Amino acid sequence: MTLGAAMGGARALAAMKHVGLNVAADTFMTAAYTGARAGLVVVSADDPGMHSSQNEQDNRFFARFAGVPLLEPADSQEAYAFTLLAFELAERFDVPVLLRSTTRVSHARGVVHRAPAAGPPAPRFERAPEKFVMLPGYARDRHRALLERLAALEREAEASAQNRVELRDRRFGIVTSGIVYHYVREVMPEASVLKLGLSHPFPAGLVRRFAAEVERLVVVEELEPYLEDAIRAAGVPVEGKAYFSRTGELSPDLVARGLERAGWPAPAPRPRHAAPPTAGRPPVLCPGCPHVTPYLALRQMGAVVSGDIGCYTLAAMEPLRAMDTTVAMGSSIGMAIGLARSGGASGPVVATIGDSTFLHAGLPALADAVYNGTRVTVVILDNATTAMTGGQAHPAAGVTIRGDAAPTVDLRALCRALGVGWVKVVDPYDLAGIRLALAEAVAQPGVSVVITNRPCVEMPVKVRDHPFTVADGACIACQACMNLGCPSITWSSGWHEGRRKVQIDAVTCTGCTVCVQTCVPGAIVPAPGRSGKA
Amino acid sequence: MSAAGGSILLVGVGGQGVVLASAIVADTALRSGYDVKQSEVHGMSQRGGIVSSHLRYGRAVASPLIEAGQADVVVATEWNEGLRALPYLRPGAPLIVNLHRVVPPGACRDRLGGRFGYPPLAVDALAREVGDVRACDALAIARRVGSPKALNSVLLGVLATLVPFPDHTWREALAANAPRGSFPANAAAFDAGRALRYPDETWAQAAAAAPAPNGNEGRARGAPATLALTEPWCKGRACGICVRACPELCLAIDGRDRVAVVRPEACTGCRLCELLCPDFVITVHDTVVEAR
Repeated sequence: MTLGAAMGGARALAAMKHVGLNVAADTFMTAAYTGARAGLVVVSADDPGMHSSQNEQDNRFFARFAGVPLLEPADSQEAYAFTLLAFELAERFDVPVLLRSTTRVSHARGVVHRAPAAGPPAPRFERAPEKFVMLPGYARDRHRALLERLAALEREAEASAQNRVELRDRRFGIVTSGIVYHYVREVMPEASVLKLGLSHPFPAGLVRRFAAEVERLVVVEELEPYLEDAIRAAGVPVEGKAYFSRTGELSPDLVARGLERAGWPAPAPRPRHAAPPTAGRPPVLCPGCPHVTPYLALRQMGAVVSGDIGCYTLAAMEPLRAMDTTVAMGSSIGMAIGLARSGGASGPVVATIGDSTFLHAGLPALADAVYNGTRVTVVILDNATTAMTGGQAHPAAGVTIRGDAAPTVDLRALCRALGVGWVKVVDPYDLAGIRLALAEAVAQPGVSVVITNRPCVEMPVKVRDHPFTVADGACIACQACMNLGCPSITWSSGWHEGRRKVQIDAVTCTGCTVCVQTCVPGAIVPAPGRSGKA
Repeated sequence: MSAAGGSILLVGVGGQGVVLASAIVADTALRSGYDVKQSEVHGMSQRGGIVSSHLRYGRAVASPLIEAGQADVVVATEWNEGLRALPYLRPGAPLIVNLHRVVPPGACRDRLGGRFGYPPLAVDALAREVGDVRACDALAIARRVGSPKALNSVLLGVLATLVPFPDHTWREALAANAPRGSFPANAAAFDAGRALRYPDETWAQAAAAAPAPNGNEGRARGAPATLALTEPWCKGRACGICVRACPELCLAIDGRDRVAVVRPEACTGCRLCELLCPDFVITVHDTVVEAR
């Protein structure tokens, strides 16, 4: 979409995290050949340490792989300035620009001084099939054109003000980029530094000149030895990953420890308080989350569950523990097909996928399952939003991302249109209904689809009903409700036959009634007070 | 805290307003004429996970991250998270901590042993370790003066007594960043926090917290219960009630179409299977109960 817009002459920016670029890579790689009319910028944030991701790939390699310029901002001010620069480079060199951020740069606030930006060109699409239609004959020419642009860009990188030599103490010359620059400045303010902001094409001449000024060259970078390899390839002796990890985030402390291993005197570790024992706090599904009951039922059925990317991936953890695989956005259905075909699954094979993920990347695999007659069940967890990432709308949500009314994809009709013979929509707050529907679904000879239809309780609207409470005298502490993993339910101070009784937090309880359905002695009752919560 | 600069670590649980509070502190520092950098991690915090926000201010700030032992103050909107952040606190520096507890479901998972995984509310022990602990039940205070959602502003009021930001900058930042319509509640919560007198408040809070249910009272059962099965009476797959009812997934219907105990080690003796079996197949023998 962004490429099309830029070809039409409108400045366009696509933002995604590191793994998002894998999905966009098909277009991205060839967009480097075509270029566009107006500036095309791809912002991609890596997640060293995997705060909220399934891998920690280093997307700087994508710039080298595709042959596009790479900008690495170090803080909020640079994120702003480099975005303007990215458009300028994109338009001057007719090439997409990759602006690579990391979690620490993106999840940050800092002082930003604004600068005047050149006004965008007027949108106008000009036919140029030899540039925009990548048939092999045209593409060969465009590849050669790309290599010429790269040579020009290399001269740009050699002279760029964003690649900055700061000469101080000559014993150590540090080459670094991104947020790590600030860690280096923090822990060894007296060292000489080459800070790379435009790091692809690689300014080898600049690095050679810097290397000549210092006794030792050390690269400090997060994740892969991207700069280190480039320097070594340029024939310059360099050190780096010998002192720093290839996994996880760096921090000022880790930079100091690494440089200490490299022979730079580090300050003594400061005294600190010992860590007291604490409770772990992994993320959990919210009180009233409609994704809980399908997993409760699937685990009891002994199903082999192929999961996907969304809040519901948390069902892999205690106490639901009902997900066996999760790899990539939209992979659940395809992997379920493979698991079913492998013949090795110990129970019925079920793919679970959110509505947003299904519409984004699940459809082709479902069509394939029908076409090839694979016996799998697909549970579409339709909560009418994209909850994990903050409640964005999608084509089945009925509204646009701006909140205006929009046509709504009918998921049931869509599955039928793909040829699924057995589709059932169930209320996930009806535990018995969910169990029955899933039991019926896995008994089908071909593809079956179960769609759950309760909205997310948090977004776009907070769904709240009258809360429940536990009648302490009736609770037999069986822990059946604790299997939901509901954050509103915790142990009380009461005991029954050597087990902890439970209590419900009336402030966070959404009144979804699922725990009531698990409670055999009927100990969970409406909280006192008027129905309808203030 | 020094007028030249400082490091503030704000921690808590998703939904408690840690990120908003740190935006307000950053804005206040900026309005007070400082350079400021702030970095937070709240990847999955919307799902009840941990939020931590590093904030540094000064004439010129390089790294936004605070290292262990270097925070000039830690502001914790939750007790357990305050304890977790302790290694970041510079020895001798103050800890501002909310005494309201958000118990994660994972702290209630030891079903046989009954061990409560949440640390006890031991305010006096913490004060002995840290020295300057500024504890209060921010949720109760916020609720009293207007809105429970303003609990973060109560703690900002406590923080305001420790940092060199002029009063009007706090007020401007609160007005600029508080969600629409919530400024009065947040301003009232801020004032209530700033009016707390330490260390007296901490000792008063410690005394009030003492009777709350705390830790493990040592009534763990230890051993699993055992089940006696009268198999010929079992209808097997045609029924399956006990298999669906067992909270620990101890039971299954086996190849002979009869109930079998597949996870004997996990049986807590809850008796649901015994209670629900229409054919009286199952009898629970529970050593814990029989011993009494």
